[in-house]
Amino acid sequence: MFVYEKKLLYPVKASSCNPKLAKYLIEQYGGSDGELAAALRYMNQRYAIPDKVIGLLTDIAMEEFSHLEMIAAMVFKLTKDATPDQIKEAGLEAHYVNHGSGLYYENAGGVPFNASYIAGKGDPIADLFEDIAAEEKARATYQYIIDLSDDPDLNDGLKFLREREIVHGQRFREAVELLKEDYGAKKVF
Amino acid sequence: MSEHRKSWKPVAGKNDPCPPLKSKTYETPPNLYLGFQEPGLKQYKPAEALKKGTLWPALFGPYESPFRSADSAGGKEDSR
Repeated sequence: MFVYEKKLLYPVKASSCNPKLAKYLIEQYGGSDGELAAALRYMNQRYAIPDKVIGLLTDIAMEEFSHLEMIAAMVFKLTKDATPDQIKEAGLEAHYVNHGSGLYYENAGGVPFNASYIAGKGDPIADLFEDIAAEEKARATYQYIIDLSDDPDLNDGLKFLREREIVHGQRFREAVELLKEDYGAKKVF
Repeated sequence: MSEHRKSWKPVAGKNDPCPPLKSKTYETPPNLYLGFQEPGLKQYKPAEALKKGTLWPALFGPYESPFRSADSAGGKEDSR
């Protein structure tokens, strides 16, 4: 069951009219390492994982949905008032022809979302290492978008999202240690 | 910028079409080093934690584009 709170996890602001940024951001919406892929990956993997880390996967999946909502808000803010000329200038005309000013689950190259972005091996260790890799890939994607973006307010939100990837990566690493069952042995990992 | 950024000097060919980047960087966030988080670590105040994206200074790994910041050649040279 879901309980929806009608507000964003973190305030989203775009200070410049730059629809081109939406073209980059859509990678985190419907790309292979984007927030949709992350949410669906964890929500699916939690069924075949030992009890003590089910809650972690569920919690992080829920948070990823709230990140997805932030990305959607960013993309929509940047494109909702764009004129056809601005659409062309931003290289968004293919998207516009297909979807108008609506959003779509696709990557920065316009490739639609695909379930093969997500692995679900049913093996706890394999799945958690996949999750760690996914978080690091999403972190790298945020860095690349920040490199390309010159909007400080937008980057503020992106930096928040990037930091969350780091925290999630940490928690998945800890989940591996929990499953190894020797985390109390005062070892240095 | 910080200890979270490492850099290396990539090989530049004599006939490379673009001016070579003398130094390239990559990020090494704190989750690589923390291990299983110990109880009782220092925390940010709630408002600051919400802004930063983490409650834990030990997990905060800020990012600025290496192409824009003053030390654009990257962080310190990785001496390890």
